[in-house]
Amino acid sequence: MNALLHHAPVLLVAVPLLGAFAVPLVGKLGSGLRRFFVGLIALLTTAIAGYLAASFYAAGASPIVYVLGGRLSLPSGMVAPIRIMFELDGLSVFMMLITALAALAAVLYTSSFWKERSGATLKDSLMLLLIVGIFGMEMTGDLFNFFVFLEITSIAACSLVGFRVWNGRSQEAAFKVMTLYTLSGLFVLLAVGLLYGQYGGLNIAYLATMIGSGAALVDKIALGLLLTGLAMKAGAVPMHMWAPDAYGEAPGAASILLVANSQASLYGLFRVLFTLYGSAYSPQSLAWILIGLAVLTIIVGVTMALVQRDLKRLIAFGAVSQIGYMMLAVGVGFAAMTALQPSDFGFVALQGGLFHMINDAACIGLLFLAAGIVIRRAGTRDLQGMGGIAHDLKWTTAFFMLGAFALAGMPPLNGFASKLMIYESTFRLSPVLAIVAILASILLLAVFLRAFQAAFLGPRTEPTDVMRPVPISMLVSMGLLALVVVAFGLFPGFFVDRIVTPAAQALWSGRDAYIQAVMSGMGG
Amino acid sequence: MTGITTGFGAWNPIAWLLLFLGVVAGALFLRRFGNKQYKKNTGQTKVFLSGNEEPEASALHVRGAHLYWGFVDGLSAYYRRVRALHTGLLSDYVALFVGTLGVVLIVLVLSR
Repeated sequence: MNALLHHAPVLLVAVPLLGAFAVPLVGKLGSGLRRFFVGLIALLTTAIAGYLAASFYAAGASPIVYVLGGRLSLPSGMVAPIRIMFELDGLSVFMMLITALAALAAVLYTSSFWKERSGATLKDSLMLLLIVGIFGMEMTGDLFNFFVFLEITSIAACSLVGFRVWNGRSQEAAFKVMTLYTLSGLFVLLAVGLLYGQYGGLNIAYLATMIGSGAALVDKIALGLLLTGLAMKAGAVPMHMWAPDAYGEAPGAASILLVANSQASLYGLFRVLFTLYGSAYSPQSLAWILIGLAVLTIIVGVTMALVQRDLKRLIAFGAVSQIGYMMLAVGVGFAAMTALQPSDFGFVALQGGLFHMINDAACIGLLFLAAGIVIRRAGTRDLQGMGGIAHDLKWTTAFFMLGAFALAGMPPLNGFASKLMIYESTFRLSPVLAIVAILASILLLAVFLRAFQAAFLGPRTEPTDVMRPVPISMLVSMGLLALVVVAFGLFPGFFVDRIVTPAAQALWSGRDAYIQAVMSGMGG
Repeated sequence: MTGITTGFGAWNPIAWLLLFLGVVAGALFLRRFGNKQYKKNTGQTKVFLSGNEEPEASALHVRGAHLYWGFVDGLSAYYRRVRALHTGLLSDYVALFVGTLGVVLIVLVLSR
């Protein structure tokens, strides 16, 4: 058993990958067995992620390097490393926990949602593949493998967006997402190629040591390609146009995985900025690019949410605005870290931004899952045609309200704690930016009050769905996310100290430890 | 364990919750001194709409598209421009993506 657990990093990718390909076979034996199998895979994956995280924190949060493969000796005497390397530092483990939470919630929710619909086997396979890709992006220590996992997430995500083949809008959204994701992947691949051509390696730690001697023009072009490509996949304005289409058309459970996917791209961006380039090339202009994109994302996201009539698009624009908060916090952290005299508020900004990632996954996830039930019940996504849902769906109403209040930053829920850290640290850099962030948050509350008032309050409308009461697995799934919202809100210090601070440290001062751990792992 | 410090201040949700419960208890206590002599289901408890009859509940529900119309109308110049960007055309999406890359590359190449 211990030997098996030693391979936990690769199992975290291998278990859902094998599960994804086994689902069609198991599905032949019956839909009940298929749902049980997918649930088992999700539980097993979550357990592995939990074990990895527990061992990581118990060992003092030092980076873990896992190498799959070895050295190839050629007859000419040349020795070449042929292997896949996973690397886990505080940031990777933190992201892994977010993905595990989203994966478990999505699989639990979807087991009932698609019970009576066709294509459920394919949907389960695609969801597991998306989970594989996200975990891989978060754990790999190799830039080319990062690209491969990025492509896996892109293919699975596009397919999930266009999964409802009977719906023309889904097909259109999937086509748009596919084109933009492909372009983003090409940008990343071009950057990887440039760096490989320049330094002859693909390992992130190795490249970090090479760029350490000072950024050449090629490094700057590669950085621009990586930054833009990953910011687009994260949903930063003005490259966010795909997000409302994708979130709006994907099934409810897939939407929460798309949120985790966007956050994995954001993780990639942070890894590139802080670890790959880090102190070697960190001009203040780079921080201000991030902050500029973040402010645009916050303002456009929240104001566009205000005028949406489609409930899922409204939540999607809300999700876009939250990506802005994360980018703002990390931009402020980057600006403080790279200033002539680094300031401590930068570390608080990083803590706030990272803490907001897990809070956002729980809140937005809760909203998307609740919206899935509401839309099915009302038979429309148009807020104009909804009303009185609260009369019949009391738990769903409570979960939606909880998610909306938390996302808007109402105390004492989790969104308030992370946003407070972002506001106060941003204020130290620029009071104007903090004021913009606070006003946007107030506006977001207005957005969700509008959605709540329109969909849940008022007299009953005629239900169009036979699904009543809401299946227990859906309630459990939303309950899981609600528990995170409340627990992280009431005990923020507990979670910040244990899981957020090691992640922030990995960005703030963990570059050398990352390089050291991986480079020594390469020799073994 | 419960609270966090932000370097500028601190936040303790349990303390906030206790304070909130205290305020709620105080409000309920004050409510006890209210007048209980009103007559239910009479004009005393009806919504007063300038003397007009209160409409049915179904007629009172403000639909989703109608809320905040004044706010949105006030920002119509802004919304005209932002909505114009959301054309739904893939070629426009790609143009914005590539345009952003161009701006980022110019800034990075010119930065030291």
